Order: sequence, then C-alpha cells, then structure tokens
Amino acid sequence: MGKKTPLYDKHVEAGARIVDFGGWDMPLHYGSQKQEHHAVRRDAGVFDVSHMTIVDVAGDGARPFLRRLLANDVARLAESGRALYSCMLNESGGVIDDLIAYYFDETNYRLVVNAATRDKDLAWIRRQAEAFDVRISERAELAMLAVQGPNARERTAPCIDAEWRDAALELKPFYGMHAGSAFVARTGYTGEDGFELVAPAEYAPALWDRLLAAGIAACGLGARDTLRLEAAMNLYGNDMDESVSPLESGLGWTVAWEPGDRDFIGRPALETLREATGKRRFVGLLLEDRGVLRDRQKVLVDGIGEGEITSGGYSPTIGRSIALARLPAGNYEHAQVEVRGKLLRARLVKLPFVRNGQVRIDL
Amino acid sequence: MSELPGDLMYTSEHEWLRREDDGSVTIGITDHAQAALGDLVYVELPEIGQVVETGGDMAVVESVKAASDVYAPVAGEVTAVNEALADDPEKINNDPYGDGWIVRLAPSDDDGGLLSPEDYQAILDELDN
Repeated sequence: MGKKTPLYDKHVEAGARIVDFGGWDMPLHYGSQKQEHHAVRRDAGVFDVSHMTIVDVAGDGARPFLRRLLANDVARLAESGRALYSCMLNESGGVIDDLIAYYFDETNYRLVVNAATRDKDLAWIRRQAEAFDVRISERAELAMLAVQGPNARERTAPCIDAEWRDAALELKPFYGMHAGSAFVARTGYTGEDGFELVAPAEYAPALWDRLLAAGIAACGLGARDTLRLEAAMNLYGNDMDESVSPLESGLGWTVAWEPGDRDFIGRPALETLREATGKRRFVGLLLEDRGVLRDRQKVLVDGIGEGEITSGGYSPTIGRSIALARLPAGNYEHAQVEVRGKLLRARLVKLPFVRNGQVRIDL
Repeated sequence: MSELPGDLMYTSEHEWLRREDDGSVTIGITDHAQAALGDLVYVELPEIGQVVETGGDMAVVESVKAASDVYAPVAGEVTAVNEALADDPEKINNDPYGDGWIVRLAPSDDDGGLLSPEDYQAILDELDN
C-alpha cells in the first residue's frame, strides 16, 4: 500500500482505477482516460496533485539562496505572486528536478517539486541551504488540486471564498496569491488555462465535492500525462534526469545566463556544454504510419545516427501518435522509430503539439 | 465486476474464444482485459493466412496506457480479422465479446488448455485478492 492523499477515498468513491505513482496510490482514470482528456481540452477537469511536494523558503537569505539553487533566476520576479519554472541542477549540469517557484517577497518563496523526487530534492535543498540564512519548510499538510480547461476558472470561481474570488479571477497567467489558509495560482500542466488550488488537507474533500458539483470532470494521472505530452511539457524522469542537461532537454529557455556573474549550481558545466558542438536535439515527432510511439523506443535518423523517444503516446486531440525525442545533432526533418522490430515513419514537428484546445502542428 | 459470457472459453492471458458452427473459432480479449488496458487506440492485426501456434503472438492491442500482446488460444490459420478495429479500436472497450472481436482462425489443434468460464472467474477472483 502506498501513501494516500486526503482525496483517496473520494477517488475510490468516484470509481477510480488506482495505480502506484512514485509511492503514492493515485487515480489513473475514473473510467475513460480519453474522455477526461477531452474534458480538459473542451471544458474543465480537476486533478488531485496533492502528492506533489510543496516547500516554503523563508528568511533573509531566501533570494540569494534560490539564485544559487536554480538555473532560472528568481531575481526576474518583480511582482508578488509571480511564478517561475526552473530546473534545479547538480554540479555536472544534470537535472535533479524541475519545479515552479512562486515569489511573494524577497524573503518568502514557495517551491512545488515532483512527488517521485521528494526525498532527494529535500536532501539537496537542505544541504545547499546550510550556507544561507533560510528556513526550509515542507508543507505536507497541504492538499493541491489542479483545475484545468477553457472553462476551469469560471467554473471554479464559485468554489473560492467570496473574499478572494474576484482577486483570484483577476490573476494573470503564471501568478499566484494567498487566500487565507489557501493559495490559488493560475498555473498548470496541461496547456490549458486554469487554477492550481492549495488548501489544508482537511478542506480538500469538501472542495473536491464542490468542484465536481460545479460540473468539473474528475481526471486522473493518465489524462494528465497525455495532456502535458500534447502541450510538450517535460516530465521529470522521462524527458530529463540527472544524466542530461536542460540544453539537450528542450529546456534551454529556462536557463538564465544573464547576469553572467550569477553563480548558480551547475553553471560552469553548463557553460562548457553550451559551447560544445554536436548537442543532441530535443524534438517533437508525429507518427506518419499507424501505431503508437512509446517511451524509450529507438529512433533512427538515416545517415546521421540514432536517438530515443523520451515520452511517447497517443494524442487524443490529434488522433495520432506523438512523442518527444532526444535525437542526434543535424539538419533533418524525418526519422524512423523502431516498434516491435518494424521501422515506422515519423516527422519532426515544431512544439507544442496542442495548446489552448488548438492543434498547433501541420497534420 | 467484469462480464463473463457462459458460452465462451477463456485463457489465463485474458483472451476469449468462441467455437463457430462452421468449425472456425473467433477470438478477442475479455472485459477484464479491456478494462485493465483502458481506452484502446490501436490494434495491430495479423495477415489473413498467417499460421499461429498455441500461445504465439497473434495481435497487439495498444491503449492510451500501454501495448499488450494478444496470444493465440489455439493453433491455426487466420481466416478473418476485424478490419473495423483499424478505425475504431474502442469497439473492444465497448463490446469486447461482440463487435470487438479481433481474429477468426481455422483451428489445427483445438484441445489445448482452455478455461471454462468458472475456471477463468477463479483466476479473476485471485487477481482481485
């Protein structure tokens, strides 16, 4: 038996198929992963993401600490509530985890890191924090729900206390705010608009019920994965890990090189990699033959070399199979994927595949 | 609780088999199997005329979650495949024992260890525990 979120009983009640995810018993789907996927693209769906780890960073040293810890630069955050996506690197420039950092003021930040990497993340963060005047607090008592979809904010609004409702609806994309003991952010992992709601665990079941009563579909981790794949949002452990840098994971845009004297962990290694030639490409693939691309399948590029699919699957929005892949350097637009001993044709496409309900690639 | 027609035979790999009046056998995957796989998105079918061994690979069903082999419950020659699955693999989810059939074989050896509905139910009960 794995760990359970405060909503575990609600999932069982809703008929969820429960699977292990990083040591947690989580809902994979509640009947149909495809229907849940479409609900988020077309209307609104809610995901229990309480397994994710919330870490508050406070103290006079919070800002310099995070400027050292993260490859992206929290000094870019000027307005309270602004969020920043960043990698946390090791000394070799490999990715320990990816995370969202929320800025409240110079001495108060909140990090949301992955569930499966919790132990190593906390150990790393605490070790690095020793040299700074900061307090690191894991907020395991908080539950987290992601409500996503074109109608997500509108449907969620009545479920937010009247005192905070208007402010929540006025949040700009990628901003968050405290709402009493809760926290509301206009962030997510689906390529759709929406909220992420953080609340004390004891309030979570009632909030869940109200969201479902508001016509929001319960969605499991299966749909979360196909949605994020369509949106070309990286999944830690699939698309990047400690053995690969953000520069070969499609995450070069998250590395803040300027100012040049900011000494973030992994910077020297990353600068060497940045100058190196022959860096692997991180690309989107659209399968042209029939079939389904899957994680870790081998990709062959004629006359150039081979690489692999880091995340592959079926895209319910497109109706075809898509993938993210790390491929050899070079100028080419087609590749072949080895599936059960056969070579299937795939075409490189510009990411993302889907955003805000719209297919963004040429079919 | 998954549905289990009493007039079919089953395998421990969650295929079902129906003996037709003309001597052929129709094969699909069970309700339990389709539910475990989730929404099906692709089915790889064998060629007509292909000869399969008992327990050999016969087809592949792929769901949003994973790919899964379908094994031949009996040896024989493929005489028909359910072409409709190419465009609508979810027929297997919606009607696993009917429109979701996968392959028809002319069996060459049809005495192998097939399971009665009761024996297959016992396997499912075991999985639930």
